[in-house]
Amino acid sequence: MTTLAISNLHATVETDAGAREILRGVTLTVESGQTHAVMGPNGSGKSTLAYVIAVPPKDPVPEGSITLDGQDVLAMSVDERARAGLFLAMQYPVEIPGVSVSNFLRTSVTAVRGEAPKLRTWVKEMKGAMEALQIDPAFAERSVNEGFSGGEKKRHEILQLELLKPKIAVLDETDSGLDVDALKVVAEGVNRFQADGTTGTLLITHYTRILRYIHPDYVHVFVDGRIVESGGPELATKLEDEGYERFLKAGAST
Amino acid sequence: MAQTSAPATDHAPALRSRDIASHPVPTGREEEWRFTPLAPIADLLSGQAPLNGGADVDAEADPGARVEFVGTDDARVGRTFLPTDIASARAMAAAAQALIVTLPREWQGVARVAVRGRGEDVAGHMVIEAEPFSEGTVLVDFRGSGRYVGALEIRVGDGARLTVVSLQDWSTDGVHLGEHHASLGRDSRLLMGHITLGGQIVRIAPKVSYQAPGGDAELLGLFFADAGQHLEHRVFIDHDTPHCRSSVLYKGALQGDGSHTVWIGDVLVRSQAVGVDTYEVNRNLILTDGARADSVPNLELETGEIVGAGHASATGRFDDEQLFYLQSRGIPADLARVLVVRGFFADVLHRIGQPELTQRVMRTVDGRLGVVALDGEAGDEELAE
Ligand SMILES: Nc1ncnc2c1ncn2[C@@H]1O[C@H](COP(=O)(O)OP(=O)(O)O)[C@@H](O)[C@H]1O
Ligand SMILES: [Mg+2]
Repeated sequence: MTTLAISNLHATVETDAGAREILRGVTLTVESGQTHAVMGPNGSGKSTLAYVIAVPPKDPVPEGSITLDGQDVLAMSVDERARAGLFLAMQYPVEIPGVSVSNFLRTSVTAVRGEAPKLRTWVKEMKGAMEALQIDPAFAERSVNEGFSGGEKKRHEILQLELLKPKIAVLDETDSGLDVDALKVVAEGVNRFQADGTTGTLLITHYTRILRYIHPDYVHVFVDGRIVESGGPELATKLEDEGYERFLKAGAST
Repeated sequence: MAQTSAPATDHAPALRSRDIASHPVPTGREEEWRFTPLAPIADLLSGQAPLNGGADVDAEADPGARVEFVGTDDARVGRTFLPTDIASARAMAAAAQALIVTLPREWQGVARVAVRGRGEDVAGHMVIEAEPFSEGTVLVDFRGSGRYVGALEIRVGDGARLTVVSLQDWSTDGVHLGEHHASLGRDSRLLMGHITLGGQIVRIAPKVSYQAPGGDAELLGLFFADAGQHLEHRVFIDHDTPHCRSSVLYKGALQGDGSHTVWIGDVLVRSQAVGVDTYEVNRNLILTDGARADSVPNLELETGEIVGAGHASATGRFDDEQLFYLQSRGIPADLARVLVVRGFFADVLHRIGQPELTQRVMRTVDGRLGVVALDGEAGDEELAE
């Protein structure tokens, strides 16, 4: 049983015009077995929330806390957070010339699991995971993210998700820029990851489309740096029909 | 001696001669010497420190190839190369003998040359003769301590395919001044590689010229300068013949106080050299403060009737985004840095295509970045079983 607890979280960025508050008091708990969808318009601070969970921000968090099973996440470095069981599937994965996918995967799996996987089982495991995501085996020898299409990058993120098997996964707009076929493949990967009930997922998205393939237990509407409404899957349906208009007004009035 | 040559041939050596007296002693103000720290080698250049002619050179080759030691008055010595500076002239005069490695016509195989410094000031001279249609690889390995001055002349026969890779991995006191001159025959191909890791001052000046159309030269270099090291590569491609190609890629990493690398890429396409295709690139990765990389590409075209010509040079720091991405997958910072540097060198090593040299570079990278061994490496060995 794992719990990611985010409490009254604030985040600021330093701008020319002074500190600007991007997250304005976010409280959210994700437990193993749960999928939470955080939905909001562009610029509402969704990526900022995703990153603050997985990566120490440049400007330190002024208020609030994040804990993973009671451990203070904000005190951890980025690699410590990954080894503690957090994973962020990025919206814009980084290209690393000359580092092959297979070398990268094996090195990260070794770091996260604390020991190198046995080679024989590892090769099988990697090939199997790639096949399930319909990734060409030749990918293993290509440089990480270099020359990958948008869809290939996202599949590569989900490949890592499945191999690293974190306690809590944060997916930042993994659905954006994918065609329907790629979206289904990616969604199936997330569903496999989530299937055994030992892990939790925080799915961040702008569109409701992905929720046809990944069914959240909870939906949160995110506007202007905070959660303005929480509910079950029915909230996503409502969003699909009504859009964010109503919430934008609600966000502005509070 | 003032240089007053015409702009287009600015970078072609003004003088080629075995006569020591014809070469000026560098002052450090010359374009050729302005980057090199002269104090540690001033006595070599002036002749105050005489060079011992008996360099410790060992060579072996697959059956059929000839390995000989001859006097420097042998007709095959100085055919491709004549000294362009006083250090080379002193070395050629001092060398008691020259090593000649001959790869016979249509021969296929590998030859290995080992030069070992024994803490003295020594001169050496080597000649590689790849006869027509041979397909050979010659690996030259410079190690040990002391100061070595010596040229490597390479003759690639018509239709031959030759790979020559020289590894400079001297001890911390090592000094190496060397001119590596190659001449390519008709439709021949040369891959010349320079891997420079160890030594206090290493200054290699590769030069390529062509005897006939169809020559294709690929120069690949990799260097890693640590604190206090000066590693210099001065490439000169002399396109003096029509319809030849050259491709140059040198990559360097630097770390620590006073680490200094110099890359000069002079490409001269003479007026008669129509149909030439040339491209040169230097990339440097600065890992810490206190390092300095000088990179000077220079392309001079005397004719516009070419297939292509270009150059690129870039020196940058560690890409934080790359490190961060690796760390976000649990990889500790020091290992992430090793992966990025290994990745940076990967394309050069892949093109050089010598697995044992790749291993050696990777071990050096790991060691210098403070990581004992990558787990992935053990995995690769397991895989090979
Ligand atoms: N480094 C930064 N400097 C200034 N403003 C930033 C910075 N990063 C994000 N922002 C601003 O913060 C807001 C939230 O951004 P982001 O978290 O990317 O939103 P979302 O992912 O919901 O589109 C945006 O208005 C964006 O312009
Ligand atoms: Mg975003």
